[in-house]
Amino acid sequence: MKDVQRPRCARKTPFDSFTFKKTHGRRPHRGSIAGGTALAGALGLLLLPNAANAWEPTKSVEFVVPAGTGGGADQMARMIQGIIQKNNLMAQPIVVINKSGGAGAEGFLDVKSSNRNPHKIIITLSNLFTTPLATGVPFSWKDMTPVAMLALDNFVLWVNTEAPQKSAKEFVEAAKEGGANRFKMGGTGSKQEDQIITAAIEQSAGVTFTYVPYKGGGDVAAQLVGNHINSSVNNPIEAVSQWRAGALRPLCVFDKERIPLKEPVADGKSWNSIPTCKESGLDVEYTMLRGIFMGPGVTPDQIAYYVDLFKKVRETDEWKDFMAKGAFNVSFKTGDEFKTWLAAAETQHKTLMDKAGFTKQ
Amino acid sequence: MEALGSLIHGFGVLADPMNIAYMFIGITLGVLIGVLPGLGGANGVAILLPLTFSMSPTSAIIMLSCIYWGALFGGAITSVLFNIPGEPWSVATTFDGHPMAQKGHAGEALTAAFTSSFFGAFVAVLLITFLAPVIAGFALRFGPAEFFAVQLLTFCSFVGMGSESPFKVLSAMMLGFALAAVGLDSVTGELRMTFGSVELLRGFDFLIAVIGLFGIGEILLTMEEGLAFKGKSAKINAKVVWETWKSLPRYWVTAIRGSIVGCWMGITPGGATPASFMSYGLAKRFSRNRQNFGNGEVEGVVAPETAAHAAGTSALLPMLTLGIPGSPTAAVLLGGLLIWGLQPGPLLFVEQKEFVWGLIASMYLGNIAGLIVVLTTVPVFASILRIPFSIIAPVIVVICAVGAYTVHNAFLDIVMMLVFGVVGYVFKKLSYPLAPLVLALVLGDMAESSFRQAMLVSQGDLAIFWSNPLVGGIVTLALAMLFWPLISTLLRKRQSRQDGGTHAIPVK
Repeated sequence: MKDVQRPRCARKTPFDSFTFKKTHGRRPHRGSIAGGTALAGALGLLLLPNAANAWEPTKSVEFVVPAGTGGGADQMARMIQGIIQKNNLMAQPIVVINKSGGAGAEGFLDVKSSNRNPHKIIITLSNLFTTPLATGVPFSWKDMTPVAMLALDNFVLWVNTEAPQKSAKEFVEAAKEGGANRFKMGGTGSKQEDQIITAAIEQSAGVTFTYVPYKGGGDVAAQLVGNHINSSVNNPIEAVSQWRAGALRPLCVFDKERIPLKEPVADGKSWNSIPTCKESGLDVEYTMLRGIFMGPGVTPDQIAYYVDLFKKVRETDEWKDFMAKGAFNVSFKTGDEFKTWLAAAETQHKTLMDKAGFTKQ
Repeated sequence: MEALGSLIHGFGVLADPMNIAYMFIGITLGVLIGVLPGLGGANGVAILLPLTFSMSPTSAIIMLSCIYWGALFGGAITSVLFNIPGEPWSVATTFDGHPMAQKGHAGEALTAAFTSSFFGAFVAVLLITFLAPVIAGFALRFGPAEFFAVQLLTFCSFVGMGSESPFKVLSAMMLGFALAAVGLDSVTGELRMTFGSVELLRGFDFLIAVIGLFGIGEILLTMEEGLAFKGKSAKINAKVVWETWKSLPRYWVTAIRGSIVGCWMGITPGGATPASFMSYGLAKRFSRNRQNFGNGEVEGVVAPETAAHAAGTSALLPMLTLGIPGSPTAAVLLGGLLIWGLQPGPLLFVEQKEFVWGLIASMYLGNIAGLIVVLTTVPVFASILRIPFSIIAPVIVVICAVGAYTVHNAFLDIVMMLVFGVVGYVFKKLSYPLAPLVLALVLGDMAESSFRQAMLVSQGDLAIFWSNPLVGGIVTLALAMLFWPLISTLLRKRQSRQDGGTHAIPVK
């Protein structure tokens, strides 16, 4: 769990063409800051004529990753860092810092306590919701300032190709017939996204699995190939190469809709040919947030700066390619729309975890 | 032969002068990263990863993997000179490397360490070149029970061979297990022994403990003993390299055993640190000079270094073929593959021939380049010991503090390092062994989760550890290792009907 492997990639959705809503005023704001960044601002203006922001970072920006090096969140953060550097999207350097202690609690508490610090941002995974519930460490998304949803990570139900099950329905039936706890579901970490999906399947289909927590998604996929477990809910990018090599079979995807990528991936099938779990009779929906947050007390101008920055990141070819490779849901949300999504996701996690008995009393 | 053809093609990829330049830059950076305690290979590679974004994937991986080779080499330098392991896998190198330096043989110890590293890496690269597909399949047979068996084997091959009293070994080990348990419990997802403290969420990091116990502890001891380095008479001319080389072939058994242990641990994947401990333990057990281990025995440097470098190198194999990182650094490189748009997994060898064979070819050249770089610096590093202690000691303390801070960017870690320093000093004074503590700290976490995963899989049935010949074989071997001193004593007693003078072993 310290090393959560979670990549995610992209697809085209209606959100791809976003509009530049001027929700936040971009009036010049604090004289001193504006003066201090005159040079940086001028540089920025030269390169990006549209980026007339009222606020710009005046020193290096800390990019906190509440997970270990090498995991999915870490990969995405370093990808973003690379894109920003390569395309000169920011005049100040951006530095990635891992604070993975206590299933990410360390990182979130750091941002929570960074009141009015506009030079610190954090990328989230589902531990934004699960860690406070499972460990009792006090933080929630409301303690921070939501900036933007970058993408949603997909989850797919996988079995070994040697297994007879060809659909989610057959899988659930086989798990039922096998008896309680006989099917072993592998996943990343404990009481985090993978185990929550497992619990959701149990609750929805009336089966029970033995959940085996591993350190990273790559480990889980290899364990499934080696038949040490019966199934996994790996992210697409963690298992795609084993799918293409004919070792793993995807049964269904846990998003609301099918993944819209129609290019063949393996065996003539594309991401789009995988049915959603719901259409194959397993009523479970789950995606994982890849979002950006800041500490509390930051100004609208500062939020607007980062929203704008990430819009530019999303427009780069590198980002689009990364999204497509990992079959991400490329939804982008900011402002109130994002907050509404967050509130709903928080309730979803609370309900699922309460029911499964994962919440710390 | 197909492998050979591909390899030649790989060398062709390397012929690009830019790639050669990246290789040397990588090695040099890596040695520096290896020398600085705390800033490990994983952190170093992670920091430089975004810089490689605009390079071709092949150049990028060549540079980053060369940083890794450099770090593997560099970790030995401070271990030998100052008893401060620059990297986790060089902890075992301090056991004999530092006593050698104290006796004035720093140059010999460094040469032996670098040459053994090179030998270990070379064996591992040969293995990757010719047996990659076979080995990849083998790694898939490792489930939780098999992982636990390997970790048990590491413990058993290391435990119970010291001259310290079994009680002291056990106490040190139990303290290590207790420290390893602090933080998040990876099986239940709940916090353990953090007592509501935010700082304790991270748990006790192995690196910080090691910097404190060994580095700061050693400085405290030296201060007490007269504010001077022992062994400043170290020879610092280049001849020392040749002289050491002449003596090294004697240790061929140890070197081969170390390489096998290392390759095995890198592939399974257990990692370089356990590999170095296991190899040291085995060497000490089977060596004719076992009495001299811990007092500056060349064999005690050869064993951990060959294993660490063999493991570090072969750890890239499961990364390339299966997408499982064999070490923390491999995990970061794996992230790099995805960022550069490559898909690690079974098809990488087929679809990205140029990339894979370029990387493998760079392993050959990178290690040769690394060996040249580090060997030429032996006299320079050995001469550091001639700088007066009162000048170099504060510098070391500052470097240690910076290193400890780098691990998690946390100030408390510096305090923790100092506390561990005092603990290390007290341990030495009371002649408690540090190695079992460190081993328990680095392996305790892994062994615990593997054991509990295995118990989950088997629904609590211990028979899972004998459920197939692979796991059963390793567990039996481990137990035989654990009880071997006892068994051999009994056998000898029966044979000679005399008192076998061997010490008893602690039984867990």
